[in-house]
Order: sequence, then structure tokens, then C-alpha cells
Amino acid sequence: MSQTDVVVTGLGATTPLGGDVATTWSALLEGRSGISMLDPDWHEALPVHFAGRIAQEPSEKLPRPRLRRLDRTQQFALIAAQEAWADAGSPEVDPLRLGAVVSSGIGGILTILEQYDTFREKGWKRVSPFTVPMLMPNSPAAAVSLEFTARAGAHAPVSACASSAEAIANAVDMIRAGRADIVIAGGTEAAIHPLNIASFASMRALSTRNDDPQGASRPWDVSRDGFVMGEGAGIVVLESAEHAARRGARVYAHAVGVGYTNDAHDIVQPDPEGTGQTRAIHQALGDADLAPSDIVHVNAHATSTPAGDVAETVAIRTALGDSAADRVAVTSTKSMTGHLLGGAGAVESIATVLALHEGRIPPTINIDELDPNAVVDIVRDKPRDLPGGDAAAINESFGFGGHNVALVFRRP
Amino acid sequence: MAHSEQEILDGLAEIIEEIVGTEPSEVTPEKSFVDDLDIDSLSMVEIAVSAQDKFGVEIPDDQLKDLKTVQDVVTFIQK
Repeated sequence: MSQTDVVVTGLGATTPLGGDVATTWSALLEGRSGISMLDPDWHEALPVHFAGRIAQEPSEKLPRPRLRRLDRTQQFALIAAQEAWADAGSPEVDPLRLGAVVSSGIGGILTILEQYDTFREKGWKRVSPFTVPMLMPNSPAAAVSLEFTARAGAHAPVSACASSAEAIANAVDMIRAGRADIVIAGGTEAAIHPLNIASFASMRALSTRNDDPQGASRPWDVSRDGFVMGEGAGIVVLESAEHAARRGARVYAHAVGVGYTNDAHDIVQPDPEGTGQTRAIHQALGDADLAPSDIVHVNAHATSTPAGDVAETVAIRTALGDSAADRVAVTSTKSMTGHLLGGAGAVESIATVLALHEGRIPPTINIDELDPNAVVDIVRDKPRDLPGGDAAAINESFGFGGHNVALVFRRP
Repeated sequence: MAHSEQEILDGLAEIIEEIVGTEPSEVTPEKSFVDDLDIDSLSMVEIAVSAQDKFGVEIPDDQLKDLKTVQDVVTFIQK
């Protein structure tokens, strides 16, 4: 059955590497780390002293009165969405045919924590009347919908660190279902706070390489010891190919396949067999009507955790089969951005789309000694050229709760 | 301590600038918060709390909804 062709026509991001897509992308190609030390006041209480703070504070882009009533997740989402929308040429579209699917893994937790402090210190009357519309998990989707008058629907699928990949997948489905011509899609996270660091640290999920923060996110290196928390947002403008062609829009890539599965194995541990991940890739390839041999590149989820990174390579090999897996170039841009949680899938989808569009794959940095159990070809140390011609790439995102999402993008 | 009408007006303009970003010169007595200054009900709650801090006059919720214009608030605080 033929389905509506969906294309990517706009990109926007605000990340630890840069306040927009261009600076983020050039930092990714240069192999630069966006990780920095946290506020020294936090050090004593925490085993982790670093994170991927955003490179450009929202106060540089949004006026103060607006910032006051937006959670940091919403601020990031709006900044990235404004960039993506302008990048798409600020399309003229019927508001009833414009949608927004914008996720956050955790939601407005900084608002919750700040307002709880205010409540305890000063009482209920001093709690901001905007607390609820700032903390609710759908607040970034709602803020984007309000900003661009997107009336076809606003959604916020929540699946931990797979959230923004799922948002993009849902947006593709939304256009295919005929509910919208354009959807602003992606995700955002702003959760760098002592409690959240303590919470991930208590799971032993975070790297504690305090003497070398920029070397801490080291997917597939033998001495990796956990992920590095980051913050930021990525937003893409997705559009029906027909609508994009009618207005003569530039097309970065086609969003051709989506796959979603769940492990139902453990609330946080990945299935060691990786069957859920394999099924997600199979589904996405089937949805895209592509063969494993069409895939030239995978932007992996690989977060720099001991178990997850290797298991993912096994799942990629199983999913694509040996001959295709031997030829696929795999990278983890989290080695530079850190893990943007609910923003990760969208920022990494942008990296995937740009790898196809620009013909260059960003490297995985910090691999001093490659784990011999990584069974695919890892692009390490420096970027790798991607030859021209037909090509497709996969972005993988997984989340606590057993969520697996695979997205397939194809060159125009 | 009583505040003069001008003091209250200036103080209110300062609060409104802080909360919703309106130019202080726009905040004149005859202006309606909703219709002229585009201030929504949640922002009015914030403005009332800030006004209480500044002028030491509490504006109860049931009275807040009747304060439609800048002059209404000035008069209320001054009363």
C-alpha cells in the first residue's frame, strides 16, 4: 500500500554544543565535547561534577517576561522550533493543517522543584500561577502549538529517552493519516538539578569521571562507566512531500520509516538479547520499504553505559544481517553532546539527516580502546565521508521502560 | 504609610513591566488590564501579589476581579 511521502524541510536545535543547528553540526564534525563542570556548590553533595549544559542560555533569545512563564523545557523547545520554522521558510499553512508533536522525557521538573522551594519558604500565595502550565509534560507541545497556531493537534508522547524519536515517529504518522500537512516535531529536556543527578547516580547510571569531564561520555570505549546528563532540544519540520513540492521547499531528507517496540523485559535494563531493538529496526525498514543493504549509516542510541552500547551493536548486526551490517557506519553523537534524554532522539535525528544531506558522518569521540565486543564499524576520532547517491540512515533511541524507536531517513 | 497616586502608578508600571514586559509609559490610569494591556488572569494574580509586597496592601481575590483598570488598582491601594 502506498502511503503519504513525508519530508524533512526544517531543522532547529539548541544543545550543549551550540545555540543552533549550524554551530552544533560544526562542533559535531570537529569532534568537540560540550560537557562542562557543574556549579561548585553542588560538588560536595554529588558523586558527579559535570554535565552537558546548554551552550547558549534562553535569556539570550527570549525576552524576560516570556521566560518567567515558560519552563526551561518550553524555552528550549520554542527556541529550536523558531529556528526550524524559519529554516523551513516560514511556510504558509492553514492552522487547521498544522500540528505539533513535542516531547520531554521528564517534563517541567525544574519548575516543580523551584516552586516547591518557594512554597516551603514563602507559602502558597507565592507559588507562581503559571506553575501548572509550566510543569505539565505537554507544556512544550502546547507552547509550540500556541507560538505557531498549530490547530491540527498537539501531542507529547512520553517514553523516557526515546520520547523525541517517538515524537518524530508520531508526527510522520500524523501526516500519513491525513491529519496535517506540516507537523513541528521533536523534543526537549532541562533537568540538570542536584536531585536529578542524584537520582540517576543512585541507579549507578552516570559516569563519575570527575577528573576528565570531556572524556566521560565514551561510547564503546572499554573504560566507559555511564552516561553524561545533558540538556537541550531538537525540532524538525515534517511536511507531506506534496505540500513541500507545492511551495518549492528545500528537502533535507525523506522520513520514510518508523518502528516502535517495547522489550517488556525490565523497567530499566535493556533486554540482553536486544530483540526489541531488532524488531524496531525491522519494523522501520518494512515501513520504509527498504532493504538492509540500503542503510549506510546508523546514529546509535549508545549512551556510554557498560551494558547498553555493546548490546546495541549486536542488535544492529542481527537486524541488518551480516553483509549489510559489515558496511554500515555507526556513530554516537552523545560522545559530544552528552545524553539529552527527551531531547536526544530529535537532536540525533537532525544529526542523521545532516549526515545524509552533507555527506559526512560525525565521529564518536573519546574511544581510546574500542571494546572488542562492539560488532559493527564505529566511526571514531574523525568524521567520515558518505559517498553520494541513494542512501538511507537509521536513528535509534531507547528509553527506560523498555521503549525502542527506530527512524529511517532517506536522501531525496 | 500612604503612597501618593503617582507613586502607586509608577510602582504598578514597574511591576507590570517586570511581569508582562509592557513599556511603563503605556501604563496609564484609564487603561484596562485585559482589553488595553493584554494582561491575562494568571498574570493579574502575579501583579496583585507583587503589589502587595510593594505597597503593603492585600488585594483579596474577590476584589481583584472587579479591578478592571489601572486607576481601579491605584484607588484600591490608596483607599
